[in-house]
Amino acid sequence: MPKSLLLISRQAPWSGPGAREALDIVLAGGAFDLPIGLLFLDDGVFQLLAGQNAKAVQQKDLSANLHALPMFGVEALFVCADSAAQRGVDTEVLALDELKVLSAQDITALIDRYDQVITL
Amino acid sequence: MAAVLLIGSVMKFAIALFSAAHAPSSRRALLFAQAALAGGHEIVRLFFYQDGVHNADSGVVIPQDEADLPRQWRAFVSDNRLDGVVCIAAALRRGVLNEEEAQRYQRSAISVEAPWALSGLGQLHDAIQDADRLICFGGA
Repeated sequence: MPKSLLLISRQAPWSGPGAREALDIVLAGGAFDLPIGLLFLDDGVFQLLAGQNAKAVQQKDLSANLHALPMFGVEALFVCADSAAQRGVDTEVLALDELKVLSAQDITALIDRYDQVITL
Repeated sequence: MAAVLLIGSVMKFAIALFSAAHAPSSRRALLFAQAALAGGHEIVRLFFYQDGVHNADSGVVIPQDEADLPRQWRAFVSDNRLDGVVCIAAALRRGVLNEEEAQRYQRSAISVEAPWALSGLGQLHDAIQDADRLICFGGA
């Protein structure tokens, strides 16, 4: 049985390559059929805003990578309710459909369920 | 720290480093790795990702009276014959190239040499599967 990995993504999409590189770990794990979870926490929730205009900040759109997650077999997708609320992000209209919205308590239990955790 | 690690059985560690060579977390990563080996544990792989790739950069020049972390990493990995992997995509993005990649992209600067190997993220996942514990340094 392969070890499971939870990636906690904490960076805004346009603050540097961090968010993209975090996502790359998840996609690579999915490509190897490994059990991977992805939690959007703190500024990471900004990655999930719909209708972003990446071109306006001369960046490449991250949403294509996000939408590739289910195709790579990554379906354990989570967002922190508190992080979203603190930033005025409405979890009803996020860019990914498969997200589960978790409370702080849920997140404690989530981290406990995974064998390994990377926070980026 | 080594004494603490000695308690219990021998562990296989995978170590991931995400911060640049001048970051305190990069120094902590090296100290942890040294303590792990000193405590009789095994390091299955070091994986340098994001700004962590700069720890493998032989182009880093440190004033003589300061600690030269890239040099210390190089000696540590060579002396202990460890598997030191630098993520190729993260390294290319940051201008940290080995001879093969410098040729491929027609760049004049070569800054990664043995004992480091440039490879892909599969090597991180492989190490995670192989290790008892993944220890990360310098993440967000």
